[in-house]
Amino acid sequence: MTAPVTALKHPAQNGAAEAIHVENLHKNFGNLHVLKGVSLSARDGEVIAIIGGSGSGKSTLLRCINCLENPTSGIIRVNGEQIRLKADSHGHTVPADRKQIERIRSKLGMVFQNFNLWSHMTLIENVIEVPVHVLGVKRDVAIGEAEKLLARVGLAEKRDVYPAYLSGGQQQRAAIARALAINPRVMLFDEPTSALDPELVGEVLKVIGDLAREGRTMVLVTHEMKFAREVATHVVYLHNGLVEEEGPPEQIFGAPRSERLKQFLRNVG
Amino acid sequence: MFGASSLELLSFEPPNGRGLNLLHGLANSVGIAFGSFGVGLVIGVGGAYGKLYGGPVVRDLLEVYTTVVRAVPELVLILLLYFAGTDLINQLLTALGYAAIDINGVVAGIGVLGVVQGAYSTEVLRGAIRAIPQGQIEAARAYGMPPGLLLRRITLPAMLPFAIPGLANLWLIATKDTALLAIVGVNELTQTTRTAAGATKAYFTFFMAAGALYLVLTLVSNIAIGRVERWARRGMPSIAGSH
Repeated sequence: MTAPVTALKHPAQNGAAEAIHVENLHKNFGNLHVLKGVSLSARDGEVIAIIGGSGSGKSTLLRCINCLENPTSGIIRVNGEQIRLKADSHGHTVPADRKQIERIRSKLGMVFQNFNLWSHMTLIENVIEVPVHVLGVKRDVAIGEAEKLLARVGLAEKRDVYPAYLSGGQQQRAAIARALAINPRVMLFDEPTSALDPELVGEVLKVIGDLAREGRTMVLVTHEMKFAREVATHVVYLHNGLVEEEGPPEQIFGAPRSERLKQFLRNVG
Repeated sequence: MFGASSLELLSFEPPNGRGLNLLHGLANSVGIAFGSFGVGLVIGVGGAYGKLYGGPVVRDLLEVYTTVVRAVPELVLILLLYFAGTDLINQLLTALGYAAIDINGVVAGIGVLGVVQGAYSTEVLRGAIRAIPQGQIEAARAYGMPPGLLLRRITLPAMLPFAIPGLANLWLIATKDTALLAIVGVNELTQTTRTAAGATKAYFTFFMAAGALYLVLTLVSNIAIGRVERWARRGMPSIAGSH
């Protein structure tokens, strides 16, 4: 096992506050050790791209940040608030305080590989659902905001359409609008273009790229290396549940040091 | 032989006309069906959740409930629950120092059939909840929805399209199961029909009329079910239209 080539940057390196802090994260699925001590940090305005082969643990890492997967051990802080974990009666680690998890989750805008829009709601209903019912925003205010967001992702005229009648690219753009509607501290993208037909990838990447350029804090798991190089401020390469190498995109893609990363980039490139 | 006298017997004018009695029985039948279907749905939602997400003890208890209720003939369950149930309640009241009460037949009928419906509803709803694309539940969790809100806003409406065919069957069974309550003397349509037929000896007239009323109830139900199903499937492209 090689040690990570670049040590985790210290949050104090630049002035921005740390939005997400992950430290020594382990995750087991039964006997399968998926994450073996991963650390990650995202300060405000940073775009962290997580890359790696299939089975490297990159999606699991992202899903641990909002406890969609419960980490086996490790520290997760969102907005400076550490997620409290405890062991349940089977010895599994679970969140100690449901309310805390719900509060933290409502500040993280998650975008899924398979969009996961609610099929019984129109696009506008999907976008206002969390603001109205979880965050307590007034319905007319939420609708006004949602219309702006749908216009922003190019779906203004589809506001009353149900997701099943839309293309994958349109559904994913609507899902991004849904995530933006909660005014998230951090956007989490879990392979947002992997389920799309090739000709639909571009329209989704354009929306994500615009968000990155306006200074949104994001953690992005992706297979789109060219895109990661363009938008990321920091790239993390995971291999077998460990951070194999990390650094600024120019270094990771331009001058990779680890053999595994070099080989990975040759294979995907 | 039947012509004029049948019409007279079914008219709404007493003393000979017993049409109002039949309609009163029908109203009771519909009320019992509604009530027991509703009780069944509440038990079903709880039972399905318990079977899917409950601990081992809860799951085992629910398994015993659904297995026993679905194994024993409904008529036997009705006799058992109706007589044993009312007896148990009165014994309890007496033990607590209250006077025994006369339990209303309609209420008892709703309770008994509700327990039966609940067992079937549990299975229908369990299957429907499992048919929801799990990503939709996960998205709701990822946005911080508490469990109660998630059930109300996401799980129940999302499972409805998958549950409607099974629930529609259960509703139609509920309307007809009310007839079984005649055995314990509940004043529903079959019981009032039996009384009217027995008193006038016009069995054919009254049972044909009752049959027609049950048929009307089913036809009206079908229209309502069709509307509910269209509404529940509003987010789903029709299969016929997808080619």
